[in-house]
Amino acid sequence: MSVFSSLDRWALLAGVLCYVAAAAGTIWAMLRSRRSVTGRLYAVVAAGFALQTFGLYLRGQAVGGCPIGNNFEVIQFVAWSLMLLYLVVGPAFQVSILGVASAVLGALLGALAFTVPAWDLPRAADAVRLSPWIEFHAALALFSYGVFALLAVTAQAQLVQHANLKRKRLNLTFSLLPPLVQLEEIGLRLLVTGFALLTISLLVGSVFWLRHLDSVDVLKLGVTTAVWLAFGTVLALRLARRLVSESLAWTCLLLFLAVLLSLWPVNARRSDRAAVAPAAVRPL
Amino acid sequence: MSAPLGQFFAVGVNHRTADLALRERLAALQKDRVAAIHRRLQEIPGLRERVILSTCNRMEFYLVTESDSALAAAERVLADLAGVAPAALPSLAFRKHGLDAAVHLFTVASSLDSQIVGETEILGQFKAAYALAQEHGATGPALHRLLQKAIQAAKWIRSNTLIGEGQVSIATVAANLAGKIFGRLSEARTLVVGAGDIAEKTAVALRSQGVRSLFVTSRRAESAAPLAAALGGESFPFAELPARLSGFDIVISSTAAPHPILTLPVIAAAARERAGRPLFLIDLALPRDIDPAATTLADVFVYNLDDLAEIAAAGLAARLAEVDRARAAAHERAAAQWGHLAGQTLTVSPATEGAGNSAHVPG
Repeated sequence: MSVFSSLDRWALLAGVLCYVAAAAGTIWAMLRSRRSVTGRLYAVVAAGFALQTFGLYLRGQAVGGCPIGNNFEVIQFVAWSLMLLYLVVGPAFQVSILGVASAVLGALLGALAFTVPAWDLPRAADAVRLSPWIEFHAALALFSYGVFALLAVTAQAQLVQHANLKRKRLNLTFSLLPPLVQLEEIGLRLLVTGFALLTISLLVGSVFWLRHLDSVDVLKLGVTTAVWLAFGTVLALRLARRLVSESLAWTCLLLFLAVLLSLWPVNARRSDRAAVAPAAVRPL
Repeated sequence: MSAPLGQFFAVGVNHRTADLALRERLAALQKDRVAAIHRRLQEIPGLRERVILSTCNRMEFYLVTESDSALAAAERVLADLAGVAPAALPSLAFRKHGLDAAVHLFTVASSLDSQIVGETEILGQFKAAYALAQEHGATGPALHRLLQKAIQAAKWIRSNTLIGEGQVSIATVAANLAGKIFGRLSEARTLVVGAGDIAEKTAVALRSQGVRSLFVTSRRAESAAPLAAALGGESFPFAELPARLSGFDIVISSTAAPHPILTLPVIAAAARERAGRPLFLIDLALPRDIDPAATTLADVFVYNLDDLAEIAAAGLAARLAEVDRARAAAHERAAAQWGHLAGQTLTVSPATEGAGNSAHVPG
């Protein structure tokens, strides 16, 4: 019998469907009116976010910790972080088109999590009790991935707007997307935020690793550090104005895809290790 | 039961009825002159309510009158302002009453009667006219309701149709593009090269969009300084252009030079110095001032006269395609308000000229 209730999966699925509805409905409304439609988008995304939060909460209750123990949960958590950021950051930047793009990405990530049943296999009961330091570290790291997801959305928008202006293609996306310089400013803020969160995550994780050197998963630590170094290098190059505009946008986009791809082997390895790890000392 | 005490009229001169020479005499009067007209109209017995709309293209009175003589007296004031004999006015002006006048009011407020359909200035002028009439105590229940509803209808039409979409002049297209590149234009440093009329108009459009830092340079030094002064900017010697180019975000070029004055190496050097910050080059000259090969440079956006004209034409076409829908919306809303006034506070009676749609305002 599954240790997960079916209600959590239903709630998560309903959340994903809300994101799909928000994305599809808003795109349709914008195509019809050729204007950005903010109010309904925000409400539907907020409803989806509430359902996703409820689903993750139930899952967290079931596993007795932060629900980031398998691929399904990790992808859901990244999608949740992305939508949380949009709900907080979107209105401040007044860039509703990013909300549409966030809803599309949230829907894709959420749907992706449901496509492979093996990604949501129940974990052994003794393997779910984690160190709070590691839980906090992992949650922060995944939250930073959510920031990088929004950065990827912004980078994509920047590339589209750049191409519109270069090719003199003043179509619907041209009128709906924010100005080029504004997109780059938003991207920089997201890059700084994501990098700062990932840095804090690694610092928090190191509190645990220094006490339990034998439990460190070298592969995962290596991947996480590589991601941190990659984004740190991008940030340094951006601040020195050595990596800007289109090149910066492409780098951020490709880097996020690489981060997503890195989640799968890392989590697969953790699942293997979880079966043999002592309950009180869970490796990274 | 209240007795009918007035009728609603719209009378005036606009770009559809009069030539430019006549409209120049009435164009966009200062507030104090409109106030003086208010005082003249106030002295007319039987003129219950009035709003005076004075713009570049129109001088229109919206009136609620008690008698034909009041209307005739108001029209004499209009003829006097236009500098024509009252007898000549019918061929130069329009007169609408009742529902027709209400529809005209809603259409004007919605910029559907403007020379450039969808322009935004008219609504502000309309609100100013309403405010001035209120200051003079010239509005009553009928005009209050009609004007407020006309303003609401204009906003609805702007939000729900595409009449305000796109840009329809080269200057506003360029300003809009600059906004789409830089966002807030207050920080964008702008350079005008040459002293052509279209470059000046584009600079003015950019100023109106918030540009604060504006420079002018010209091959003829004597023409740069006056233009810079007119635009509230500064000028510098033409020879310094290559060295100073990287310091500008927006460059509008409109010289009569027979060959490009901004060559590819000059632009490439500026783009390198700008390190990824966009450079928007607007070439309004024929022959072109800016080497077209500059479009291949990263983060350099070059738009020439043809590009801007094409965008303006597309914007105009998009607006015109929406005019019928917007006009129907204005008519529907005007009719609804007219019906409301007729049912609540007005008694509809045959018009003095037999059109059958004027309204009498009860006292």
